Amino acid sequence: MRALNRKLLRDLATLRGQAAAITLVIASGVMTLIIAVTTLDALSLTQQRFYADYQFADVFAELQRAPDHLAGRLVQIPGVNQVETRVQAAVRLEVPDFADPVRAQLLSIPDGRQPALNQLHLREGRLPDPARDDEVVVSDAFAEAHGLRAGAELRAIIRGRLTPLRVSGVVLSPEFVYQIAPTDLLPDYERYAILWMNRRALASSYGMEGAFNNVVLSLQAGATEAPVIDHLDRILDRYGGTGAYGRDDQPSHRFLHEELNQLRAQAVILPTVFLAVSAFLLNVVMSRIIRSQREQIAVLKAFGYRNGDMAWHYGALTGLIVALGCMLGIGLGAWAASGLAGIYMEYFRFPQISFRLQPGVVLLAVAVAAGAALLGTLNAVWRAVRLPPAQGMRPEAPARFRKGWLERSILRDGLSQPARIVLRNLTRHPVKSALSVLGIAMSVGLLVMGTYQLQAVDHLIDTQYRLVQRMDLHLTFSDPTPARVQAELRHQPGVLAVETYRTVPVRLVSGHRDYRTAILGMDEQPVLRQLLDGRQQPQRLPSEGLLLTDYLARDLGLRVGDPVRVEIQEGHRRTVEVPLVGVVDEPLGVSAYMHRPALNRLMREGPAVSGAWLVIDAGQQQALFDRLWTLAGVASIGLIGEAEANIREYMGDTVLMFALIFVLLAGSIAFAVVYNNARIAFAERARELATLQVLGYSRAQVSGILIGEILLLTLVALPVGWLFGTAFAFALNQAFSMDLFRLPFVITPRAYGTATAVVLAASVVAGLGVVRRLHRLDKISVLKAVE
Amino acid sequence: MVVSAQGSSAGPDDRVGEPRPRTFAARIFQARGLTKTYRMGEVEIHALQGVDLDLYAGELVVMLGASGSGKSTLLNILGGLDTASSGSVQYRDQDLTHASDPALTQFRRDHVGFVFQFYNLIASLTAVENVAIVTDISRNPMPPEQALALVGLQPRLEHFPSQLSGGEQQRVAIARAIAKQPAVLLCDEPTGALDSKTGIQVLEALEHVNRTLETTVVIITHNAVIGEMADRVIRLRDGRVETIHTNAQRRAPGELRW
Repeated sequence: MRALNRKLLRDLATLRGQAAAITLVIASGVMTLIIAVTTLDALSLTQQRFYADYQFADVFAELQRAPDHLAGRLVQIPGVNQVETRVQAAVRLEVPDFADPVRAQLLSIPDGRQPALNQLHLREGRLPDPARDDEVVVSDAFAEAHGLRAGAELRAIIRGRLTPLRVSGVVLSPEFVYQIAPTDLLPDYERYAILWMNRRALASSYGMEGAFNNVVLSLQAGATEAPVIDHLDRILDRYGGTGAYGRDDQPSHRFLHEELNQLRAQAVILPTVFLAVSAFLLNVVMSRIIRSQREQIAVLKAFGYRNGDMAWHYGALTGLIVALGCMLGIGLGAWAASGLAGIYMEYFRFPQISFRLQPGVVLLAVAVAAGAALLGTLNAVWRAVRLPPAQGMRPEAPARFRKGWLERSILRDGLSQPARIVLRNLTRHPVKSALSVLGIAMSVGLLVMGTYQLQAVDHLIDTQYRLVQRMDLHLTFSDPTPARVQAELRHQPGVLAVETYRTVPVRLVSGHRDYRTAILGMDEQPVLRQLLDGRQQPQRLPSEGLLLTDYLARDLGLRVGDPVRVEIQEGHRRTVEVPLVGVVDEPLGVSAYMHRPALNRLMREGPAVSGAWLVIDAGQQQALFDRLWTLAGVASIGLIGEAEANIREYMGDTVLMFALIFVLLAGSIAFAVVYNNARIAFAERARELATLQVLGYSRAQVSGILIGEILLLTLVALPVGWLFGTAFAFALNQAFSMDLFRLPFVITPRAYGTATAVVLAASVVAGLGVVRRLHRLDKISVLKAVE
Repeated sequence: MVVSAQGSSAGPDDRVGEPRPRTFAARIFQARGLTKTYRMGEVEIHALQGVDLDLYAGELVVMLGASGSGKSTLLNILGGLDTASSGSVQYRDQDLTHASDPALTQFRRDHVGFVFQFYNLIASLTAVENVAIVTDISRNPMPPEQALALVGLQPRLEHFPSQLSGGEQQRVAIARAIAKQPAVLLCDEPTGALDSKTGIQVLEALEHVNRTLETTVVIITHNAVIGEMADRVIRLRDGRVETIHTNAQRRAPGELRW
């Protein structure tokens, strides 16, 4: 079949523009699939290996203080495999040549050796020498952010005492794959550190000799978590336990888990959209090719080519396009996925990422792409095969046209002949026209969705940092402090405004659902930390009752007026019922809010606060920091500007990069659909258009027919596309709603406008392309040849 | 003699004593009572309304008739491109009337060469590749170059259809049709799209094939002058055979003028 194969390659070369457009769309689909599945695979595999190799614990608990011998009782709990008790301390760090406040979590490890659970991966140096009290190992992200190597020196303020520390090594831990400070939403490697120190040394400087305040457990194979947690809680209750929790509530694991879920959703949604569009494009193009090669097919069959040969021939044409698309997509996908794995490594601290391009994933991508192509071309190829040769040889019967209802009713008199041609062409093939509209609308929708994503993230950050968090500094105190500290803070240098708050860790329970968070007790009308209602207006705190982030209220299945069971996890742990009196609309994080005096009453305490928010004069920042560090009880100082910068960077790295790629891909789809439509419209009408020119129509008039058809389809598609886009954006909005952040469902006119402009631009470029062809059309030869 | 009467069973014996330039050993096609009705858009067309016809090995037949007389339909049915609505067609011992699609495909592949009015070359293939596309699937083909040499196109082997004149394209089509060494060459208006000078070159090529390869050649045309180069001239009218005329002497295509 050598000559037939040569025809195949030459056909492909002739169709290169259209074939390239389809190839790109297929490549996009395959690429998104490869990226999502490979990244998902890499992250889960890496996670599993790290957890298994370094004995990641299953259950975690914090408490005030329990004697070491209690460990013997804990290991007796049915289902428990191993127990590791620890001392943990929240401390302040001073890093040489770094002015900003640094918070740290200091954890103990058995003197001079690895713990049984949550073992450390030494990236550099060694574990602390059991003979020395001042050695620590530090988390690698923190070390990296400050360029700390083994031998570096730090100072920590442990229980108010300045303690010099020496770094003996740099480590990674399965417990801190995602390293985030307790009140933060995103990692800040410069300002938050995790340090490990010998048990004896830490216990002595923290006043925990012979005792522990943190314990982690591993479960026996097949054991269930819930009874172990209950049992553990009962034992730890009298030691000030704040409620044990499983991996699902362990912050690092939870974030990683959320990320994997997002990837899983992405692995389905994006490739489906792209491959559906490519199936549609292949259908349009293959139908057209086969129609234009009617006679060739007839001739080949006349000479004795079999149906199977024809099916193979046109199937192979599709196959080549699909193969090219797959190769491109796999290449780009593997490249992008390994790049993305690098970005993930920045946020998820693993010893190394186990990136691999599995043959199974490649096969899956090829199978899905081929399946879509098959769906798209089956019908067209089948028609080619079935065409009786004699019929193929006869010119096609003049297509049946009728006056559509539109023409008979509204437009009865007002139409020119060219307008009639446009209208009848479109109404003659209602299915084809509808599919074209659908294709264009799909790309409009994708563009709306992409732009929405970009703008929603901006909107989210603006809302959070312009409307919700309006302070410059965020102070936390090591213990509840009398409320009069507010006046003291107000008189510090450069402080322009102060508001204080009380925060209490709680477990909120509703039915069988529960959520661990903190209740923030605030002024009646907080200004520096506003609570927004559904219309983004600040709301007042009622003197009694609880407010919840609306996402959390929905998640717990609570409505305003419902009682909420609140398990207080601090001090004398009590369980109380508080009515839900309102919801708060906020894009980042989830929380619970109360009027501070009400929270103080709930805690059976006087007017106490846990922290403060400050607005400061930036010029006096350094002087203020120096003063604040000398104040007893200040546990941490958070810079809100830094947090905003961090979150913008994080969003820029991940969400925005995805969105940008997305807008580019959607733009290419728009162009591919419109261009293919225009080329086909041109090919089908070449004879008609040449005839009109011979009859005396000007080029402009004839071009008008062609452009008119493209334009009409595009105009009909635009509103449909806006609807699609709104629906896509809503789906995305739902998929991206989680504890960490929620994209606001706000589609600006600009999103619709951008999508419209891109698609119109694609239409104009495609239209100009075919008009150029029209001008080059040899009218005589077109007229002489049979169609 | 005139073999036309409806229902007559024409055979080699009927031609005894006829003045002929050559003798035809065997009857290869026998059509009886052929009718064909098809729809074209919203119109029903009765293309054939009862045709009886025999064709013999090695003869050159010209079929004349106005547009719509049923010539092309008849040719398509003989060539296995189409099936009759009623009646029967036989090729040698093979009944084509009720042949399946694969059987008809095999029949065309093995025995029939087609030449069309508009050449129907594949634009993306060169002259020699357009011939090769048939020799690729033939049992006993001649080399494509030889087929093109037979029609005088040796110097144009590597040209694409768009680089060839109409006459040259039609000669490529003839080369394509004869390259598989078919028993019968069916030509539908092979000169219809050509000027007379080029048309005569094409007819010379057909005559040459008929003479040297002894291929049965059927030429459909509405140009009565071409009938003078034939052994027999069959006239169709309104889907029926009107007359069959046997020429005493075939004239060389070069002597024809129109």
